Amino acid sequence: MSHAKTTARLFDPAIFKQAVLASFSKLDPRIQVRNPVMFAVYLGSILTTVLWVNSLMATGNESSGFVLGVSAWLWFTVLFANFAEAIAEGHGKAQAASLKKARTTVTARKLTGSETGRHGLAEEIPATDLKVDDIVIVKAGETIPADGEVIEGVASVDESAITGESAPVVRESGGDRSAVTGGTRVISDWLIIRVTTLPGSSFLDRMISMVEGAKRQKTPNEIALAILLAALTLIFLLVVGTLLPYSIFSVEASGQGRPISLTVLVALFVCLAPTTIGALLSAIGIAGMNRLSQANVIAMSGRAVEAAGDVDVLLLDKTGTITLGNRQATRFIPTQGVDEKELAEVAHLASMADETAEGRSIAVLAKKQYGLRGRELEHIKPHFVPFSARTRMSGVSLDGQEIRKGATEAVEEHVRSLGGSLPGDVRTIVQEIANAGGTPLVVCRDAHVLGVIELKDIVKGGIKERFAELRQMGIKTVMITGDNPLTAGAIAAEAGVDDFLAEATPEAKLSLIRDYQKGGRLVAMTGDGTNDAPALAQADVAVAMNSGTQAAKEAGNMVDLDSNPTKLIEIVNIGKQLLMTRGSLTTFSIANDVAKYFAILPAAFAATYPALKTLDLMRLSSPSSAILSAVIFNALVIIALVPLALKGVTYRPVGATQLLRNNLLIYGLGGLIVPFIGIKAIDVMLSILNLV
Amino acid sequence: MTPNAFLQIGLYVGVLLVCIKPLGLYMAQVYSGQATFLGRFVGPVERLIYRLCGVDPDAEMSWLQYATAVLMLSLVSFVSVYGIQRLQGLLPLNPESLSAVSSDSSFNTAVSFTTNTNWQGYGGETTMSYLTQMLALNVQNFLSAAGGMAVLVALVRGFTRSNTESIGNFWVDLVRGTLYILLPLSLVLAIALVSQGVVQTFSSYEEVALVEATVNADGESVMTQKIAVGPAASQIAIKQLGTNGGGFFNVNSSHPFENPTPISNFLELLAILLIPASLCYTFGEMVGDRRQGWAILAAMSFIFLGILVLTWTSEQQGNPVLADLGVDQAASELQPGGNMEGKETRFGIVNSALWAVATTSASNGSVNSMHDSYTPLGGLGPMWLMQLGEVIFGGVGSGLYGMLVFAIVAVFISGLMVGRTPEYLGKKIGAFEMKMAALVILLPCAMVLLGTASAVVTDTGRASVFNPGPHGFSEVLYAFSSAGNNNGSAFAGLGANTPFYNGMLGLAMLVGRFWVMLPVLAIAGSLAVKKTVPAGAGTLPTHTPLFVVLLVAIVVVVGALSFFPALALGPIVEHLLSTAN
Repeated sequence: MSHAKTTARLFDPAIFKQAVLASFSKLDPRIQVRNPVMFAVYLGSILTTVLWVNSLMATGNESSGFVLGVSAWLWFTVLFANFAEAIAEGHGKAQAASLKKARTTVTARKLTGSETGRHGLAEEIPATDLKVDDIVIVKAGETIPADGEVIEGVASVDESAITGESAPVVRESGGDRSAVTGGTRVISDWLIIRVTTLPGSSFLDRMISMVEGAKRQKTPNEIALAILLAALTLIFLLVVGTLLPYSIFSVEASGQGRPISLTVLVALFVCLAPTTIGALLSAIGIAGMNRLSQANVIAMSGRAVEAAGDVDVLLLDKTGTITLGNRQATRFIPTQGVDEKELAEVAHLASMADETAEGRSIAVLAKKQYGLRGRELEHIKPHFVPFSARTRMSGVSLDGQEIRKGATEAVEEHVRSLGGSLPGDVRTIVQEIANAGGTPLVVCRDAHVLGVIELKDIVKGGIKERFAELRQMGIKTVMITGDNPLTAGAIAAEAGVDDFLAEATPEAKLSLIRDYQKGGRLVAMTGDGTNDAPALAQADVAVAMNSGTQAAKEAGNMVDLDSNPTKLIEIVNIGKQLLMTRGSLTTFSIANDVAKYFAILPAAFAATYPALKTLDLMRLSSPSSAILSAVIFNALVIIALVPLALKGVTYRPVGATQLLRNNLLIYGLGGLIVPFIGIKAIDVMLSILNLV
Repeated sequence: MTPNAFLQIGLYVGVLLVCIKPLGLYMAQVYSGQATFLGRFVGPVERLIYRLCGVDPDAEMSWLQYATAVLMLSLVSFVSVYGIQRLQGLLPLNPESLSAVSSDSSFNTAVSFTTNTNWQGYGGETTMSYLTQMLALNVQNFLSAAGGMAVLVALVRGFTRSNTESIGNFWVDLVRGTLYILLPLSLVLAIALVSQGVVQTFSSYEEVALVEATVNADGESVMTQKIAVGPAASQIAIKQLGTNGGGFFNVNSSHPFENPTPISNFLELLAILLIPASLCYTFGEMVGDRRQGWAILAAMSFIFLGILVLTWTSEQQGNPVLADLGVDQAASELQPGGNMEGKETRFGIVNSALWAVATTSASNGSVNSMHDSYTPLGGLGPMWLMQLGEVIFGGVGSGLYGMLVFAIVAVFISGLMVGRTPEYLGKKIGAFEMKMAALVILLPCAMVLLGTASAVVTDTGRASVFNPGPHGFSEVLYAFSSAGNNNGSAFAGLGANTPFYNGMLGLAMLVGRFWVMLPVLAIAGSLAVKKTVPAGAGTLPTHTPLFVVLLVAIVVVVGALSFFPALALGPIVEHLLSTAN
């Protein structure tokens, strides 16, 4: 499956237009009431509108132009908040649409008509349109469109996407090898399959609708933050509400001026309330989900994205994530008295019919080192001996010679039965290879052991640096492998993971996760097989591969459409980004209030206590200009921060202390200083334009 | 900036710092139920009390049971303090035959002492009998202080425990805090104070001849004066140690029998911050990371010293209006200089400013000078310290648990900036904790703002405001800041012993105490159930200088944002007006 990554421009014209329209339709009070901070601003806007109408009719103390100005900008504040949410939703919908499109690239050849044999009529339809009990035919090179049961044919199927084992398996009708999994590929021959479960698509559809935001629910941290913001809003409501009696008292005490007007009180309240973060909070959450789907990952819930930021332990499968698919031959090591080239030749012969990745890699190495090619063998009538679990050897018999390669014990037994023995230096070589995490394959011709082929896992390039980064982020990496502890340890050391679980069974995985969780840690893992399902269900962040089984997908809380196990690291980044954006904008929003006080308070009490003019640090041109400038700044800052809310604050893996220091400087100190400059600039503009 | 000032403040801070570790460690032992060196003497008494009261010291309580026990104790305390005041005319140990206290004043005082506020709407020597002072008020000095410490310890247990409902046994915490900490320290301090001349007697007031005869308002000549005495030392020791602050005499520690010498002043001053500061160490010890305690202490000290510099320099600079009149306010060999109105000559500027800042940072509220006479900015310091929520040292126990709630809020806002959901001391901070933290910050703040509003718009409220203009406003604001945050310090200048103020301030005190305690206990209960998340490289460290700065910033910004408008109309404008000319 391939997915066109859609990184829609931040303000795509179509999305922009939709969002502008939605900004107005979201003025519905039933929608507004969901966000307490913005609902308070909404009520303030209505109140100032009433005040404006009133100022037109009655001879109030305030110029109706001023009241209209404040009222208009309060409405803008509400609209800007709506716009922020709408544009994030727009991006989400666009994302979802492209995901749906990308997903339909798998086509199924559905057999129609009564004749269901190989030559029956086939109709090509998108895999998503398949239903249970549909019959499909899959030919060599095609992807099996859905989980199902083979009803006709025999074929070798590459299930490496699910099992990690690149050796093809045989699937045939009847017996216990008849089940096939969606997403796996037929390598040779053909199969006719009856679809047994609804293809992953309907499940994905459910998840994609989550991305569209239709079923978006607030996440736990978002709820907690909303409570804090509501509490701050209440405090400011109290501060502003009690300012009226204080002002009445002060007017009497000083004998001059007028009590603070309702318009100014509402303006002050809106400026103080955490509107910046209040307006952007839901946009930040939606944008987090969007970034995830941009990475071709679909999350079941925002909760999982949030949890991704908290992950302490990553469980990573060795195969495919840390190492390249399979073990490869890296060296021929002959025993004493044998030429290395001779060993290579014999090994090459032994592997000629070996279609496993390991076997092929031996041929490749022989070709690379000694230019050996597949010889025409017809005349010597070779007899290939395939690998079997009983003999644990494979090879070829030709010219009366028995060439075998296999596990040390198996070969030792084999040569002993022919009257030979395992040379001492071979034993040493085998031990050395095993100690270094490799797999030794001993090669023999008749009763003579010729040497050893070293098979090794090839650790992916750059993975070590990735793990070092994770360590700096405070995340522990654990490698999961079916290898024995010795092999696992060597690879773990080479890849730079913190820990490993060798000889891993599904039960061992599950209990490992439970142990970490008991210690208070959050565990993330990827998985694809049905036997991963319990562990996936237990993990806090569980990413199922889209190529995986239905059970795995149902158990996980995210699905990676690319089926790339390294994606987990990207997901953690996205989670952290989401949380950081929330924290940074909250800090910015609160820090902003300081400047607003210095703008509005001296203005509000200019007539009662002219001495308070000293607090007007910005030297604003007039009281009404000061108040209007603060309100306008407050509204514009929301729009100015929409791109940041959508893109997210950049996360760098530098450790918590430095991260905090950097962000405090930018958003804390910045939040303190920026409004002083912004309000002053708006004030200057207003007086140049002669608007106040 | 006199060398004398540096010496005085340096000595005070130095001695305080030296005491913090041993006392903090000792208190951690007491609350962890470990054996202490006093166990041999106090242990049998402790066990006897449990047996008499039917308390099983090993039974643990959930936060709801703990909270119920706190409320029960407070209710019983309230009723008994109220009752003793109303009946004092009939009760013994009343040599001056003082009659029953009025119902509204009794209500106010009963609330005040059970909530560890010790706001005094009454004058001690003219209102309360010896029995009332000792049995009603002084018993509460111990119990309300031990109660605050118990709630703190319960919160700390919430952090240290995991997967459990129980946060300790209130009765055990209460008894141990009283027997092992408050009583021994009070005993030592009381004896030291008596050595300095603080009175301790049951005999009646002395009638002495005046050195110079005078006339009263009616023109009759007056030859003698009544000098109030009483069992004062025993009450003063605990009122300082337990951040109570309710003086035996009306003028509190300005009174020569309550605070006669510079040494008694130093000891009483030390006693104000001794336990609140040491509890930071106790906290660090109990959570198993002393750096956490030092970080909190550093944040508190930072704000304390900042306000101290503001108040002290403002007072040392003196009154600009007097300066215009040519009055010499410079410090010299012969005078302390500065604004000496309302201050005792034996304490001077430095020790008065130090006391004012210490008593309002801790929710003590005792005074050795009259804050009403401070310069506007000098008075702003103490007032704002109370408005910060009494978390800069604060009341014994209550100050630290308030500060820990602020730490939770700081962690919540900024913890997100490191890309993890917030956690403090290994506990995830979720929606429930935020809800409770919001109550802790919101409600005292609401009581101050709404109380002040109700007083300045109603005629009954305004009738008690004797000073015109912004200063009158400051007086009302100060009174509600003091009550709403359980400090008890009075700006004075406000006729507060009226049914309106007794009622409103009483309400503010109740809300300020219990609507902070209950959410804090709820947080403790919720945290105790949670798992402990081990710290890693990605966890926000809460012991670093950076976190201290962050905590200070959150406390200051929340305090400033909530009260800046009110302060602007009170002390700030008063200052601007007085310097404008």
